[in-house]
Amino acid sequence: MRRLDALRAVYPQLENRVVVTIMGAVAAELQSIGHRPNFFYLQHAMGLASSMGLGIALTRPEKSVVVFDGDGSVLMNLGGLTTLARYRPRNLVHIVFDNESLLSVGGFPTATSTGSDLAAIAAAAGVPRTTTVRAIDDFARAFDEALNARDLTTIVAKVEATGPSQFVTDLSLLENRFQFHRYLKTS
Amino acid sequence: MPVSTANSKIVYDALKASGIRLVSALPETWLVHLIRMADDDPDMILVRLAKEEEGVGISAGAHLAGVKSAMLMQNHGFLASINGIVSCAQLYRIPLLMLISYRGAFGERDPWQTEGGGVTEDLLRALRIPFSCLDDPSHVASRIAKAQTLALSSNKPVALLLCRDLMWEEPA
Repeated sequence: MRRLDALRAVYPQLENRVVVTIMGAVAAELQSIGHRPNFFYLQHAMGLASSMGLGIALTRPEKSVVVFDGDGSVLMNLGGLTTLARYRPRNLVHIVFDNESLLSVGGFPTATSTGSDLAAIAAAAGVPRTTTVRAIDDFARAFDEALNARDLTTIVAKVEATGPSQFVTDLSLLENRFQFHRYLKTS
Repeated sequence: MPVSTANSKIVYDALKASGIRLVSALPETWLVHLIRMADDDPDMILVRLAKEEEGVGISAGAHLAGVKSAMLMQNHGFLASINGIVSCAQLYRIPLLMLISYRGAFGERDPWQTEGGGVTEDLLRALRIPFSCLDDPSHVASRIAKAQTLALSSNKPVALLLCRDLMWEEPA
């Protein structure tokens, strides 16, 4: 499964949801499909995208929040899974694209390449719904089920370690930040 | 435990008066009353963290969602949060109110706190984070209000150091 195809499969369902992504390939690929004012791309601070999603989900419980995370980022903030599970925001779906490598900084293999199981770690942290998927159809179905379940869900999507040739887009970080802030203020 | 309940209440009331509706925290001795007050307050969202840096992300999310928040942490938690402060809060111009217990300064008896105490103010200056000390109950309310005002007008992190003279009541 390619991450870009997985993003395309769920893209129509992101229209009215609050979306937070990590840096690098995930941000660039989602923007390549089409930026929306309700998308925020955390282009640094590895590990904190899920924490940002938690901050939004807890303060705006009426909003549906989707976080697109990555294996390298989750591994930098494993404790954050325990905080997510502890507060169990039922309006948050946590997608982890696991390509078993730190792709955007040269492709070094992460610990998921040697057996660390992020869905199992999330489950053991207390996340009530977790799954690992390897095919587009399974990913799309797991995403739908998570939205319908209305409960905190971590979906680990195993994807190929491929991505765009460059990560800088013409959307400046602060333009994105203030547009996203205004979207949340007015929606 | 000689942590000042009265002065903790003054700090907590000042946070409430500044419109704070979410507090993230990691327990530390001087913060026990503040965390309990947040936990007992039905109008406050308390997020207990595994590591302080998470609080930067949570506060950034809360701010973008339109809710004022504060971080409660020890100065060693501030040290542990620095990448998040720089590459989330400063990079994205997030107003971030940090209340940092200032362990390891004059009067500190715990040897393990002393190294962090010695670098706290220099790190805040190096990061160009405006800060002020809270060491007397008479100025707590006004300094917290002014710090929050600057955080919001500058869209940047600010820090208040919770000092021994405010937080700790030495037994006679």
